[in-house]
Amino acid sequence: MSTSSVSKGCFVFKPSSKKRRISSSTADYFSEGKNDSEDSGLRFATCQLLWKQINSETEKIQEELNKQLFDNLISFLRQSYSEFQTKKTEWMCRMKSSEIPTAALVLGVNVTDHDVTFKSLSEVLQDNVTPYVVSLQAKECPGIKHLLQKLMGQLMDCCVDVDSFEEEECVNISQKKIRCSMASLSKWYESVTKKTGSETPSKKITSSSRHWQSPPIVVIFKDMESFTTKVLQDFIVISSQHIHEFPLVLIFGIATSPMIIHRLLPHSVSSLLCIELFQSLSCKEHLATVIDKLLLTTQFPFKLSEKVLQVLINIFLYHDFSVQNFIKGFQLSVVEHFYSQPLSVLCCQLLEAKKRVNSLSHNQCENIRSLPSFRRYVESQVSEKQIALLTEDSFLKEVTQTLLEDLHIYHENYFTVLRCLHVFTTSLPKYPLGKQIRELHCACLGKSVWETEEYGSTVQLLRMLAKDELVAILQKCVEIFISSSGKQFSNTVEKLEEFLARFQNLEAETNEVQDVSVSSQKELQKKTDLYHLQKTLLELKESKRSKKLTKFEMLRFEVVDFIDSLVRSYLAPAEMQTLNEVVYFNTANTLREHLNAAPRIALHTALNNPYCYLKNQTLKSDVGCISNTAPDICIVYKLHLECGRLINLVDWLEAFSTVVTAVEGTDPDSMATDQVDEIIHARFIRAVSELELLGFIKPSKQKTDHVARLTWGGC
Amino acid sequence: MSQLELKRNQVLEARFVADEDVLKHISDNGGVKVRKDRAQLALNVKRFVKKLENIYDDDDEAQEIMEEQNYVAVLGACAEDSLRNGPSAGGGKIYSFQTPKRSGKMAELASELAQTPGRNVTFDSSEYPEKPACTPQSSKKYSASNKPQLKSKKNEFVSTTPYRLRKRLTAPSLRSDSESDYSASCSEEEEEDKDHKETSDVILGQKTPSKTRAVPPSKKTPAKKLKEEMTSNLVEEYFEAHSSSKVLTSNRTLQKLQKRKLDQQTLLVLLNKAPSAFTAELKELNQQHESLFSKWMLQLHLGFSIVLYGLGSKRDLLEKFRTSLLRDSIHLVVNGFFPSITVRSILNSITEEVLDHVGTFRSPMDQLDLIMKRFKEDSSLELYLLIHNLDSKMLRGDKSQQILAQLASLPNIHLIASIDHINAPLMWDQAKQSLYNWLWYETTTFSPYLEETSYENSLLVQQSGSLALSSLTHVLHSLTPNARGIFRLLAQYHLENKDNPSYPGLSFQDFYQRCREAFLVNSDLTLRAQLTEFRDHKLIRTKRGTDGVEYLLIPVDNGTLTDFLEKEDEDM
Repeated sequence: MSTSSVSKGCFVFKPSSKKRRISSSTADYFSEGKNDSEDSGLRFATCQLLWKQINSETEKIQEELNKQLFDNLISFLRQSYSEFQTKKTEWMCRMKSSEIPTAALVLGVNVTDHDVTFKSLSEVLQDNVTPYVVSLQAKECPGIKHLLQKLMGQLMDCCVDVDSFEEEECVNISQKKIRCSMASLSKWYESVTKKTGSETPSKKITSSSRHWQSPPIVVIFKDMESFTTKVLQDFIVISSQHIHEFPLVLIFGIATSPMIIHRLLPHSVSSLLCIELFQSLSCKEHLATVIDKLLLTTQFPFKLSEKVLQVLINIFLYHDFSVQNFIKGFQLSVVEHFYSQPLSVLCCQLLEAKKRVNSLSHNQCENIRSLPSFRRYVESQVSEKQIALLTEDSFLKEVTQTLLEDLHIYHENYFTVLRCLHVFTTSLPKYPLGKQIRELHCACLGKSVWETEEYGSTVQLLRMLAKDELVAILQKCVEIFISSSGKQFSNTVEKLEEFLARFQNLEAETNEVQDVSVSSQKELQKKTDLYHLQKTLLELKESKRSKKLTKFEMLRFEVVDFIDSLVRSYLAPAEMQTLNEVVYFNTANTLREHLNAAPRIALHTALNNPYCYLKNQTLKSDVGCISNTAPDICIVYKLHLECGRLINLVDWLEAFSTVVTAVEGTDPDSMATDQVDEIIHARFIRAVSELELLGFIKPSKQKTDHVARLTWGGC
Repeated sequence: MSQLELKRNQVLEARFVADEDVLKHISDNGGVKVRKDRAQLALNVKRFVKKLENIYDDDDEAQEIMEEQNYVAVLGACAEDSLRNGPSAGGGKIYSFQTPKRSGKMAELASELAQTPGRNVTFDSSEYPEKPACTPQSSKKYSASNKPQLKSKKNEFVSTTPYRLRKRLTAPSLRSDSESDYSASCSEEEEEDKDHKETSDVILGQKTPSKTRAVPPSKKTPAKKLKEEMTSNLVEEYFEAHSSSKVLTSNRTLQKLQKRKLDQQTLLVLLNKAPSAFTAELKELNQQHESLFSKWMLQLHLGFSIVLYGLGSKRDLLEKFRTSLLRDSIHLVVNGFFPSITVRSILNSITEEVLDHVGTFRSPMDQLDLIMKRFKEDSSLELYLLIHNLDSKMLRGDKSQQILAQLASLPNIHLIASIDHINAPLMWDQAKQSLYNWLWYETTTFSPYLEETSYENSLLVQQSGSLALSSLTHVLHSLTPNARGIFRLLAQYHLENKDNPSYPGLSFQDFYQRCREAFLVNSDLTLRAQLTEFRDHKLIRTKRGTDGVEYLLIPVDNGTLTDFLEKEDEDM
């Protein structure tokens, strides 16, 4: 069956159910299309397992981060609810002014993350506060009628959920038939609360323990900014008149700033609300936590290389601020890594990986041998060992096991020392190595950090730290080392503690030093003459340069040198590690192509420089040129760039035919046969309509046989 | 010298504004050098203008620029190793503001292209007026070798600007001979341009002040002022070019060209005859894309949607994907380019044919709700959605995209789509993008958009035109001579008023009067009966004017109408 028709645009293909067996599963596609499908099944399983773990971890992170916010919200609900419940009188006076308790939830511009937050929010509310949680989106509610319909619909569903006993009753009242009005809503609420109230407590013990008596109806406006003003206003005005009949609480999801409430709602309406502001965690902090928990840990064997991480972070910072998208990118890199790297089968927990090494096939061994990092390793060995490594599979496997273990240990040390270094760098002015740990991580991943300029200035700045700062930092470092799993840091901890002790002992001596400096200061104050002042200052400087360092300074140097040595020994770039290709995903290019594509540039390149795609020598040309043998559309495009706002089709056609006839070798003066001419005409028509489809031109009514250009400028 | 040293330092610091400093340096050093290096200066100015387009406004915030650099460096870092994304990763160069072109340019370019069959021609138009002096040899050779040929060809471009053309082609040799002549020729050009057309005035006008401004040594950072002026000029230039309703192109029309319009069939036949070039390369390109099929399937299954972009029809590629991998699963193919496709029809085919649902829906939202419910309930249900041209006119609306995005967000609906329009990505905001969960794939195929453009009422194909003419003659031949006369009368009046843009049509009363005078009708009613007949055949259209009077119009374009009248005259 073909999919082109002049009367239809949609074609459904439904294979007969017999044929429609479980067509190939995802795993099959994973292994298909790859000739070197080594261990692809195992790889896919590993990939899925890893991703599952990562995903659950991210969910956990999200939950933890939102906990504070949700707790605040719940206590707010509790407060407004308790007023309704117990202090009837107080509620009554409030009711007179008909204020609806409202929580304004400022979530930030990363709209894509909001859905997850709202989903967990309504879950939390349903679990702890009230079964009646309604979430509304602007696109579902173009009018007040739709809004009420949606509201009632969701509430009725909730009701069925809770009162499973009265199910028939509720179902009987078909949602569609209910006249959706606030009056019916309040009637419904009355009946529902009465039922639960009259029920014997034993029957509903679970639900009543979870929910409060006469639970409030919570209405969440997910994207407050996109609601039409009228709908919001109407809803608020109407519901404020019914507020005494049932407790209603509104939650506004706000992406921009709380000011938007007052811009959307006139004073007469916003005065009906009793607004309390809640601020969610900023997306940057969220990202920092995610990176901390997913990347800077040995929990997951999979790692991102510097470039990949840069791409992901840049997409986050420059495009969307969306943690969700960051995780999506992470997922893509996991999949890509396992799909493209046959040795990724070893990218799992250390024990498992060691087992898997034993069962590697010969091909896989060859794969290991061809890894650049492994080659480097081989070259550094003695010749007998080199031969053994390159010829004996069993020996190779043994070595691989130890190498994998080394890699694991490297990571353990790396993250601990990285955190330690981060504690140091964050206390420095101007943050030469970055404020966030992710920046530091990127700097260390890519190249030897101690060779960079920034590191040099960091060390210099560290040598100027004050004593109390240094002590505080050292204490933090000790904590980090103690909490780390690596055992080889016991020496380091001892050393650091020794430093701390020495700092304490310094107290008395430093006082003396201070005396000296104070006296010199006094001397300085005496001189008022400019010449003398300069002279003394120079002298002071000289003396400082030559002066013997104080004990504190000596100690400080010692500490900094010690940290420096830690950095040099443990923060070696990952690329230098043998077998790093197994766990590091480093084709940043694919990631960027798939996540942050530039369709206009692709189109432009194809039109301007077809040689990029069609490797034909006749098309080869310099920048800004185009061969006249290029595809029609390229020629037509180039010609159209010469025109202004409007293009005369006749001129265009003539120009095109001049070019094309010249290519074909026919002499333009003795105009060729009609036949050729018509073909050129047809080709021109095709090219022009293609340009129209691409959006470069559109028909214009301003003048006969003219088209309007839609792009301004050209090349 | 030390001053110079200082400047150098500045240059080193600022990096981006090197040209500015060069300018400043030259202007500071007084007039002698300036005059000497005038041509060079002009070049500098030019280069500077070009550079400006890429620079952000505030260069004070070096930090920001540095970050920008970093960003570009990282995101564009691997541009070199992948030809896919082309050498020019920075978008500024591609669709920057630039000087508007003159009408003669196209013909010039064409002749140049044509005259050098085996060779490539530089026609980076922005540099054309000041053909860089660095390649005098080649340009000299070029103009010399082509001169005789050119003379013979000149007659062909009579309607355009032959003077300019000749001048332009001889100019390079002039320029390479002596740079001082250059400015003179430039001003000559300028004058000529002035009486020629307005648009070019704008550019040249912009050129001259910049030159004059650069020459006097002003103490206050002239470069900066210049820059500001430039940027504002660019903006003004845009609006100037787009504000004047005056059209500065030649008046030739296709009708005069004696080229009969082609209908779809003949077009296809002719195109089949056209030689197809680069078959081997195209095949290779396609094979590259086809090797990705199983990867696409994997990623679709993992919850991503796939969008294909790049020049060339991606329909065949998707069809191949469909036939090779989706044979055994339920899938829905949507031709987005189909002119009357709607989201409703897509949803209908899902509910009716995939889900076998009977019944109607009040709104697409309800329908979507049902689909989402059904797909969530039954996890074994899987649907592949192939959409050709997701960015077509009918589907690009916000509501349609929202619905499609929601469909795509279902875990067991797998969407793979193609886009072609240059501005297609603007359809999606962050929320929609995250619903779609796109993975972008560049699939440049260079294959012609045959199917996609076949529906389009293209400018040149105009099926309606030929159809209208034949239907006109057919309908009118079946009518009485009087009725034909009535239509002729209206047509003639219509053509008389074709240059009047505010022509509302012929009012019924006037028409009746005219018909009576020509003895074509005897009563109001007979005329109305005739008009009803015409209206049924869509030969005329009635419109109520602001004053409530009924106006009659012929909804056929003037060319066809003229043809028709000529034919009628022949017949008579």
